[in-house]
Amino acid sequence: MVNVVCSKFNSDRGRLIDILLDIQSTARHISEEAIEEVASALGIHRVEVEGVVTFYSFFSQTPKGRVAIRLCDDIIDRHAGAEAVGQVFSEALGIGYGQTSTDGRFSLDKTACIGMSDQAPAALINNEVAPSLTPDTARRIALRLVQGMPPESLFEDFGDGNNSHPLIRSAVNNNIRLIGDILLAGDIESGKGLERAFALTPERVVEEISGSGLRGRGGAGFPTGKKLALARAFPAQRRFVICNADEGEPGTFKDRVLLTERAELLFDGMTIAAYAIGASEGILYLRAEYSYLRGYLEEILARRRASGLLGGEIHGSKGFGFDIRIQMGAGAYICGEESALISSCEGLRGEPKNRPPFPVEKGYLGYPTVVNNVETLCNISRIMERGGAWFASYGTGQSAGTKLLSVSGDCGKPGVYEAPFGLRVRELLEMVEADNPAIVQVGGPSGAMIGKVDFDRRICFEDLPTGGAVMVFGARRNALKIVDAFLEFFIDESCGYCTPCRVGNVFLQERIQKIMNGFGETGDMDYLESLSRTITATSRCGLGATSSRPVTSSIQQFPLVYASLTKEPKDGLHAGFDIQRGLEISRKIARRQSMIYDRRYGEEDGQA
Amino acid sequence: MKRIATVSLAGCFGCHMSLLDIDERIVDLLKLVEFDRSPLNDLKSFTGRCDIGFIEGSCCNEENVATLREFRKQCQLLVGVGQCAIMGGLPVMRNAIMHSDEPLLECLEESFTHGPGVYNPSNEIPNDPALPLLLDRVYLCSEVVRLDYVIPGCPPSGDLLWEVLSALVLDKPIHIPPWMVKYD
Repeated sequence: MVNVVCSKFNSDRGRLIDILLDIQSTARHISEEAIEEVASALGIHRVEVEGVVTFYSFFSQTPKGRVAIRLCDDIIDRHAGAEAVGQVFSEALGIGYGQTSTDGRFSLDKTACIGMSDQAPAALINNEVAPSLTPDTARRIALRLVQGMPPESLFEDFGDGNNSHPLIRSAVNNNIRLIGDILLAGDIESGKGLERAFALTPERVVEEISGSGLRGRGGAGFPTGKKLALARAFPAQRRFVICNADEGEPGTFKDRVLLTERAELLFDGMTIAAYAIGASEGILYLRAEYSYLRGYLEEILARRRASGLLGGEIHGSKGFGFDIRIQMGAGAYICGEESALISSCEGLRGEPKNRPPFPVEKGYLGYPTVVNNVETLCNISRIMERGGAWFASYGTGQSAGTKLLSVSGDCGKPGVYEAPFGLRVRELLEMVEADNPAIVQVGGPSGAMIGKVDFDRRICFEDLPTGGAVMVFGARRNALKIVDAFLEFFIDESCGYCTPCRVGNVFLQERIQKIMNGFGETGDMDYLESLSRTITATSRCGLGATSSRPVTSSIQQFPLVYASLTKEPKDGLHAGFDIQRGLEISRKIARRQSMIYDRRYGEEDGQA
Repeated sequence: MKRIATVSLAGCFGCHMSLLDIDERIVDLLKLVEFDRSPLNDLKSFTGRCDIGFIEGSCCNEENVATLREFRKQCQLLVGVGQCAIMGGLPVMRNAIMHSDEPLLECLEESFTHGPGVYNPSNEIPNDPALPLLLDRVYLCSEVVRLDYVIPGCPPSGDLLWEVLSALVLDKPIHIPPWMVKYD
């Protein structure tokens, strides 16, 4: 079986992720033998394969069930009742988290955010998404699964828009709440932007995009025109355009909606970017959690090839050729970082690369590569269609255009909002019918945590930048629990390359938990802040650079929460250290009491 | 005259040996300070409050904790000396036994009954009532009490210890040339 899979991908080492995904989905795990066989078929070392297998969460070395249930364990899902849903699955299937039933039919796992925070709690059942779960619906689903119903026929009611397309047939809803003029507007003519772009020279296309002021929508906000110009200017034989659809930042799900409803616009955008830099190959890096969209996207690509919009010579382009392949991810947050994403496309562990050289000079396979977010590429199409000046008329000075916001949490109308940059947090909270909001997390765990005093700040690159995630937490939520959950996420997702990130985040979490448990001391905040600075300064990619932000922004925004939980240590002794707990095990092993810390027989006071 | 106390908790006495590496300067030192509780003069308990306490080693058993707390109580300034006091050093390696349900028992068995090269026909783990109970894991001094200063090194050189000690004794600012500080 392994050899068949390998030959399907021409035993190309660069396609290792696809090969392993294939093996995982048929054999339900990747065994030692399979690792050996893949290594010999590709002519690489066994450890290289094993390294990749152990890196991604969708690969497992022990058999997963034929039906694998992955329950989203995001903070939003936890608040929405994921615990109770998990309990139901666990009881109905007779397995705990991380276990596979003895007959090999089912397995149950927790997973990081699957991009369904607007319909939490949600779970992945193989590739199908089960959104808006309650204990009741979970029980019904579990019953049907036990009766032998295949996951793809679990749902009869499909979601709105293209979610009910014959190739998607998913229960997911788009939840589009606010339609802006640029991306979600109804009057978009796909293909128009592409046509206009081909009428211009590539240089003019880059100029138009630069002139629009478009900045990357993944969160970092690098000027898109500049990125295209850099990739274009670097001399090379081949160039690549990669679309980053690895929307892994917890609480972000706007790309899910764009992929469902604006796929044509996205592929137009990729083609325009390719035309602008002179690339002939493109990759759509789709996160594993969104594989339910793959068939639909593949069909659109096939249709575009048939109608001459992709392939050898693109219709109307005078000799320009370009094609796109879909690269599936395998469950790793870090692959949303562009250089880690490139590693992943090359069939490697999704570890970030050293910079410089930057991807625009030496990216995928060492060639100039432009990596852009789904939303950025869709914007490119619209800019070419309506002109850079039209685009720049939306938003603020430094942040042109609109932003898709994925709003989730304690609010009446979670979903996707397209609003021009510059929107105040307060205005957004009113729109989403937030329920007594106290904490807003703008930009996901790696973004900023803000409290009421900052609700008048604006969402834009000048003030509060965001890749799209806005999590709303009501007054009854515990700020430290949220920080703790975010740190847990970063600990899980750190690739482990840089020690400050691999180890430092664990220390941050330990200290936060100490404070939560009532042992906090006044010096702990200094410790947290100085450790945060170290992690930020000494990690090589964005994960480590931002993982401590929940800690620093919560200390800054909620000083009273920390102040109420910490006290000055008495006589220089630390309250966090509990000698009785420390001796418990030893007493059992030695089968005697402590001579120092236990009250002895016949004595009034044996305490030291 | 300043009063100094020193102790070795879960350490190897290397830092105390290094203190002796100040060579003839010890004569100058003894003109300035009086040693209270210390292995150097074999005093086992405090005779009064001290100005400076030097701590070598980390906490691996209950006695270490009691001693360290006593030092914190009796000393104005507490100085962690050497890698064990600061980061746990060699003793803390037992904290690396993490993927076990009973890490402490596993550690004891490895050391006394099942470990390679261990000959122990009685199969017993030493358990004399005079032995202090081990803690569930090794704790750093800074987890148990507040440390005012730490001096890195394994051991810190005699020169470095002299610089710090003499500055503390004479109430002068501490100036340490970077070459003198080593982290291993």
